[in-house]
Formats: sequence, C-alpha cells, structure tokens
Amino acid sequence: MNQLQNFTKGFFKENPILVLVLGTCPTLATTTSTLNGLGMGIATTFVLACSNLAISLLSGVIPDKVRIPSFIVIIASFVTIVDLLMQAYVPTLYETLGIFIPLIVVNCIVLGRAEAFASKNDAFSSLIDGLGMGLGFSMALGIVGAIRELLGSGSIFGFKFIAGDGVLIFILAPGAFFVLGYLIAIVNKIKKR
Amino acid sequence: MEYIILIIATVFVNNIVLTQFLGICPFLGVSNKVQTALGMTGAVAFVQVLSTVCTYLVHVYVLVPLGISFMQTITYILVIAALVQMVEIVLKKISQPLYQALGIFLPLITTNCTVLGVALLVIQKDFTLVQSVVYAISNSLGFGLALIILAGIREQLELADVPEAMKGVPSSLIIAGILALAFMGFSGIV
Repeated sequence: MNQLQNFTKGFFKENPILVLVLGTCPTLATTTSTLNGLGMGIATTFVLACSNLAISLLSGVIPDKVRIPSFIVIIASFVTIVDLLMQAYVPTLYETLGIFIPLIVVNCIVLGRAEAFASKNDAFSSLIDGLGMGLGFSMALGIVGAIRELLGSGSIFGFKFIAGDGVLIFILAPGAFFVLGYLIAIVNKIKKR
Repeated sequence: MEYIILIIATVFVNNIVLTQFLGICPFLGVSNKVQTALGMTGAVAFVQVLSTVCTYLVHVYVLVPLGISFMQTITYILVIAALVQMVEIVLKKISQPLYQALGIFLPLITTNCTVLGVALLVIQKDFTLVQSVVYAISNSLGFGLALIILAGIREQLELADVPEAMKGVPSSLIIAGILALAFMGFSGIV
C-alpha cells in the first residue's frame, strides 16, 4: 500500500466513525456545533498521530506481554499534553468539551490504531496512518456537528441564517443519536452499491 | 434525603448513557440480548464502584498533597487497568460461576469510558467519599437501565422487517434517540 492510500483510507473506506463505528461517545457528546466537533477532532488527531509515532518507534523495546498497558501510558501522556495546552490556549473550547478531553485516553480508535497498525509498521507510515485516521475522525465529527448546528440553531460556524431558534431537539441529546444513526445508514447504503 | 435526590438525578434525569453520552460502545455492542446486557451491567457496576473509591483515595491522599493533580489522567487509567486485572484474577480464584458470568466483559471494561468518566466527574463535582460511592452505584444503575431497555427492544426488532441499510448500528442509534427523548421527560423532577 502506498502512502497516499494509507493517508486517505481513514476518510471513507475505513472511516473510524461512519464505517468502523469506533469512538461514538465523543462523536455524540461534542458535536453540538461544527466548531466544537472540529476542535475535538483536532485534539484527537494530535493524540493519534503522536502516539502512533511514539509507539511504532518504541515497539522494538516494549515486551509483548505488557504492550497494552505501555500503549495506554504513552497515549495518556499525550492526552495530558493536549489537556494542558487546550486549557492554556483555548479555554472556552476546553470548558465546552470538558470531561471528553481526558476521555480521549479510552477512545477505542487511538488504542485500536496503536495495536493494529503502529506496533507492526515503520514510524513514517504510522504517523501518516494516525494523521489520516484522525482527519477522517475530525471530518465525521465536523459533518455531524454541521448538520446538528444547521437544523438545531439554523447557523453554521456560528453564522445565523434564520431569525429565532431552529429545531431545538437536534442540539439536545436525542438529536445526536438521530443524526449519527441516519448518517451511518446512508453510508451503508452507498457502500452496498 | 440528599442521597435519594442524588440517585434519582443520576439514574433518570442525567442518565449516563442517554444524556451524558458515556459508555456508548458497550451500549451498542452488547445490547443484542437481555442476558448479556445483564452480565455487562454487573461487571461495570462492580468495577465502577471499586475504581471510584480507589481513584478518589489516590486523588485525595497522593495527587493533591504532592501537588501533581495534572497527572490525574495517567494515574487514573493505570489504577483502573490494574484494578480490572486484579478483579479478574481474584474472581477466577474464588468464584468460578461469577467469573464465567462476568469474565469476558472484564477486559473490555478498561477502555469503557463510563469507568474513567465517573472517576473524573466525582472529582470535578467536589463530592465526598460517600457521595462518590452513591454516585458510582446510581450511574451503574442508570447504565444498566438504558442497556437492558435497549436490549429488550432489539430482541423484538429482530423479527421486524428493517430496511437493509438500517440494520444493526443505525437502528440501535435511532432507538437510543427515542429513548433519550423519553428520558427528557424526567428533566425537572429534581
């Protein structure tokens, strides 16, 4: 597989949310608006790319039996870095995302890529894989966020199209489930063709 | 009285799955049958209460006195992972039937966000140790409630004629959305 395919597979063919259905918790919780969704996506992308790189560099040193705990410690370190950086530079976004930033540690995508890809491949392709998967994740979060923001408050990136409120339910919890459910169904339909 | 309000608020009003979006993976993954849903709920409840107590004590007696509360995430995930491993070993030794019922779910729990999520929320909300335990128990009840309702509906849905593309995850998500709508009816009672 060449590096371009390696990079782009996360966008559609193996999209972590829409096809593999991993990491649904942040997808549902942080997508009340496009910007929140993208912010969460970028934080996860950073952790994914860095942990993939570190794990593939260290995979020769880590004994096979303790590899999962070691991976988790490496991932948790990068999550702590992101957590502190966001607290310092984007405090409002940090407030909105709240508990879901430390919870990147238990996002199945990150550990999944570490185990399935980074521990078996060289550093450069692991970095590309992490970036591609992370951007695919961000893209899906952005789409869900955009749909919810458009229907729920009639705006996109905070610019309002209509006066007054939209269909409020899409900003609230049930809307998250509906939007993601129908998105995955549409992707299933396209895949079948 | 204070504890009863806390329990009702966490189980119904702020249900951990349907309004806080924690633990969606097991919620979608093991909700095919009511039986497995019960097993998962038991395992989560057990680990969640134990890990909340441990992480709370670690936070109060180790992280805060040493001034290293920024190490929270790393320490918590290590404590939880070690705990899950230990519970698995102890259960295997002392109670074979219980191990058989919960065994396969235990390794999955380390990466279950409800466990780490509740441990973090307890600190964020400034709870006392007793409040934390009550909070952990009621959150596992809320998780179990949502999981078992969904499993019950999905068992019935197997007989229904669902469009091909909606089978599996999409239909579960739509059901979860309707459940979340129903649970919104509880808001305002506490």
